Amino acid sequence: MKPTLKNKSAITNISRFRELGLLVFIIVLSVLVQLRNPNFLSIENINDMLRNTAILSILAIGMMLVIITRGIDLSIGSTLALSGMISALSVSANPEMHPVVAIMIGMAIGLMCGSIIGLLISKGKLPPIIASLGMMNAYRGLTFIISGGRWVSAHQMPASFKNIATSSILGINTLFFLAIVIYVIFFYFVNYTRTGRQIYAVGSNPESAMVSGINIDKILWLVYTIMGTLAGLCGVLWVSKFASAQGDTAMGYELSVIAACVLGGVSISGGSGKVSGVIIGSLLFGMLDNALPMINVSPFWQQAIQGVVILVAVIVNAIVKQRVQRKNLMRRKV
Amino acid sequence: MAHQNNDNKILKLKNFFFQWEWVLVLLFIAINIINASISPYYSNISGLLDATMTFLDKAFIVLPMVFVIILGDIDVSVSSIVALSSVIMAVSYNDLHLPMELAMILCLIVGTLCGLLNGLLIVKFKELSAVIVTVSTQIIYRGIAYIILKDQASGNFPQWFSFLGWGYVGRIPFIIIVFAICAVIFSLLLHKTTFGRYVYAMGNNITASRFSGIQVDKIKIIVFTLTGFMSGVTALFLTSRMGSTRPNIALGYELDVIAMVVLGGVSTSGGKGKMIGAIISAFLIGMLRYGLGLVNLPSQTILVIIGLLLVFSVMIPNVRLTIKKATKQNLAMANDKSD
Amino acid sequence: MAEHILELRGISKAFSGVKALDNVQFQLRRGEIHALMGENGAGKSTLVKIITGVHLPDEGEIYVEGQRVHIRNPNDAKKLGIAAIYQHVTCYPDLTVTENIFMGHEITQKYSNKILWNEMHSEAEKLLESLGAKFDPRSQMGSLSIAQQQIVEIAKALSTNAKIIIMDEPTAALTKRECEELYRITEQLRDNGASIILISHRIEDMYRLADRVTVLRDAKYIGTWDINEISREKLIFAMVGREITQLFPKKQVEKGPEILRVEGLTKAGLFADVSFTLHRGEILGLTGLVGAGRTEVCQSIFGLLPPDKGKIYLEGKEVKIDSPWKAMELGIGYLPEDRQKQGLILQWEISKNITLPALERFSKRGWLNVKKEIKTARELAQKLNIKAKNVFALASNLSGGNQQKVVFAKLLTLDLKVIILDEPTKGVDVGAKSSIHEIISDLAQQGYGIIMISSEMPEILGMSDRIVVMREGRVTAIFDRKDATQEAILEAAMVNKDNTPIQ
Repeated sequence: MKPTLKNKSAITNISRFRELGLLVFIIVLSVLVQLRNPNFLSIENINDMLRNTAILSILAIGMMLVIITRGIDLSIGSTLALSGMISALSVSANPEMHPVVAIMIGMAIGLMCGSIIGLLISKGKLPPIIASLGMMNAYRGLTFIISGGRWVSAHQMPASFKNIATSSILGINTLFFLAIVIYVIFFYFVNYTRTGRQIYAVGSNPESAMVSGINIDKILWLVYTIMGTLAGLCGVLWVSKFASAQGDTAMGYELSVIAACVLGGVSISGGSGKVSGVIIGSLLFGMLDNALPMINVSPFWQQAIQGVVILVAVIVNAIVKQRVQRKNLMRRKV
Repeated sequence: MAHQNNDNKILKLKNFFFQWEWVLVLLFIAINIINASISPYYSNISGLLDATMTFLDKAFIVLPMVFVIILGDIDVSVSSIVALSSVIMAVSYNDLHLPMELAMILCLIVGTLCGLLNGLLIVKFKELSAVIVTVSTQIIYRGIAYIILKDQASGNFPQWFSFLGWGYVGRIPFIIIVFAICAVIFSLLLHKTTFGRYVYAMGNNITASRFSGIQVDKIKIIVFTLTGFMSGVTALFLTSRMGSTRPNIALGYELDVIAMVVLGGVSTSGGKGKMIGAIISAFLIGMLRYGLGLVNLPSQTILVIIGLLLVFSVMIPNVRLTIKKATKQNLAMANDKSD
Repeated sequence: MAEHILELRGISKAFSGVKALDNVQFQLRRGEIHALMGENGAGKSTLVKIITGVHLPDEGEIYVEGQRVHIRNPNDAKKLGIAAIYQHVTCYPDLTVTENIFMGHEITQKYSNKILWNEMHSEAEKLLESLGAKFDPRSQMGSLSIAQQQIVEIAKALSTNAKIIIMDEPTAALTKRECEELYRITEQLRDNGASIILISHRIEDMYRLADRVTVLRDAKYIGTWDINEISREKLIFAMVGREITQLFPKKQVEKGPEILRVEGLTKAGLFADVSFTLHRGEILGLTGLVGAGRTEVCQSIFGLLPPDKGKIYLEGKEVKIDSPWKAMELGIGYLPEDRQKQGLILQWEISKNITLPALERFSKRGWLNVKKEIKTARELAQKLNIKAKNVFALASNLSGGNQQKVVFAKLLTLDLKVIILDEPTKGVDVGAKSSIHEIISDLAQQGYGIIMISSEMPEILGMSDRIVVMREGRVTAIFDRKDATQEAILEAAMVNKDNTPIQ
């Protein structure tokens, strides 16, 4: 067996290579799109893109934690819609309400939704796909029932609420600012706190996590609750940004979020995933969303293209993994 | 030995009655009684049969989905396969002017190919779970349907095509006859053949199955291909009932189908469950939905109910097991103390 | 200071009414290596789990340094200075070595609780160095060999300042040289003042290391002896409750014609240029250190790891084998090393397990004939003397030895010519061992060609007609039964005689 130092560097190289590769891909893509539509790299459009990506990337960081524990959460689109709807209904009933209170309401609803799913998975021992699939529908149904099937549209919302998405803090758009703050917090959380590392431990090997005294149920509950809370926050941001709350808000958006994570190198089999990867994954995905219409790709093509990108990303991941394993074997001299 | 056999028989009888399937039957009867007490039209046979027609289309996918979930996998792309095959059928009849018979065969072929692709991807890339593969193909298949039809509807099928979804043979709806035949075939396939036994083996322990010489890849591909084919069948009946198709047809079907299978006692961890349970629960959910329609509840309520039903039906056996374990341990402790 | 650093009195524990421990006592002296021995199911693992707080005892008292304690969970045990190194390494493959060592007791900043990575890495480096290991604490755990991971586990125990270290079958997956390294480290730990409980199936481990030995049998305490006052025979008698005279019932069999020939078999990174022949009625022992490529060669013949180069001839004809299914069609069967994961479907009845590989034979055009299936299963269960209520008993409820017999029965449903046995008696208790040896001997007499992989020297010497020795992926020697000695085999298995420490 040759020196393990080399092994290690091979593995870090691969993950660095992936992130670099994605970055290069992003640059090449922007150049190509820019050639076809000079508006693409305008300040305005970049701003727009960052704002769009902000919501996706906030959700993706929560989803990363869930996937690291070997789970999946399909319910976030519904959680987002439910909390967006409830906070929109509250502000339209009390127009003087401070926007921060509206955000708090949304986050509280999201926290409850996520906490229920977390309990089902940790205490009820449900497979995450079943728990989140079931609650996805329950929350979606609730959204329709609460709103009575009606929309909350722009004129029913006070300006202060709609300003959440358009205002800026320290000269940076609020959405983007919030995303940065959340990323800084989570970077510290997953790398420098015990609980953060325990999330990786649970995903990497649940049995030894149990033996070393980690409270697995608590960790599982925690990641789904965090996911729900972030979805709640995004619900308010979403409704404020589009200035409308509907029953079918963000339907199917969970797939984009999962895709962003997978693109960013979060392993579906659990235990690994990096904050930096998720940023790049969300950026790339957000860019695709923005760039396709700008080069006159029909909106009807977008879904299929996104699907293919996701599939290619997961397959490339799988192939790279296979290659690394084979190379490690080859390096052993017989 | 004779005594032992007797014991076994009693045990078997006991096991026979203490099954999840009986709980389902009781629930089913209860729902029907409630429905009947709400609506006077409900209690006659033809009313019941008509009610059945409203949900049988998706029950076709329940049959192969039982195999998928026994394997310990899941297929969330089925609704998109329905959409894609339905759209291709409609377009090839209306825009390419193929004969309807050929368009229908094309519909089945498209479904089968979609399933085959799922199976191949899952087998070829062992690192990828069925969840992630079918989530991706779900987006792709429906995406293609959108590319083909944009947000248009396509209908104008020949008159006779509506027979599939609306026709009767004697007094029995045609769709019920076809479903009954399929249900029998799939039940036999699961419980009486080597293929079914292999599927159970793989669901319990895929490594041991491979070491035992089972061609695991082949079987997995067949199961996913079957699921695609039956999604094609669903596309035929559903399109016929609707009279036209759109790219967003059958949206969310995968949830209903998975809920039916899981409620039917098929364990999502693989290796356990029976076909009959899933069939009963398909009827159960169908009748429930129909009954809710009768009492004029908003149609979205059903989403909440099915979602909760799915969650609780999986959780109840888990909770029961925990309680059983706890009481057993307590009993053992009590016995020890009394010694 | 109390004489015993750890003392257990009158410990009982039952699972679903079955006694796993019955009034068991155990005393660990300060600074000794104390072996805990017994057959499978004797209660050793349960005792360990009670000491480490995984299980709570139903009855009995635990004293640490003379103080009565209650160990309710693994954290309590950790606080009392008890650490365990388990049989199956319990690591986090995706995380770094440092993190594996410090999981649960990370070095953190005083008030903010921020994890201090640099301090942890350098502390980990020190610990590894003290154990003579030379790998980077920043490497990913999953990229290490099992022996290296074992060392990380020990470093983990050291990092918690454990006074009592429990090693549960630490040598089970190690090569001979790695075992020596582990022995050295264990002694070093003892010399530094730790008290060690050693659990091992290998009697050599115990004689090599332990100061005293405690034997459990059928959940009961049998006795404790100083190591130099108990003979091997007496020890086995204490464990089994009976004397075992004839351990290897090898029958003399006339060597038949050649049945299998392997020429230049190569798989990159695993083995290279492997050639040997196998005859009818012959038992071919295949030995070498763990990791020498024995299992891989056999899995290659069985179609699980198709080779890159080389040829396989079955009865003189060249064959291409790309799947287990194909191998079985051709008449090659394989008894896997891990019967629970690879051999059996534990949730199934014995009968369904037995017929699984030959299901086509109990069916007509795909339709199962259950009656025929059960009949065959009954016959085979009887023939192999599988002890169970009937063939409908679940495989999970059987003892290790009986489970192994069920896996044997699976092979007998097929028309095989060659049977490959991968560690057929691993983790099987002494009694069942000799009856499995009898089965193997009978099979050879019936004309099967048998390849038997084994790490146990007495088994290899006692059962094989010829012995193939592998080292680092290559065949280094082939001995006839009469020429084979323990020393010669060992030399061939470890030609590389310099004792470089494990990296």
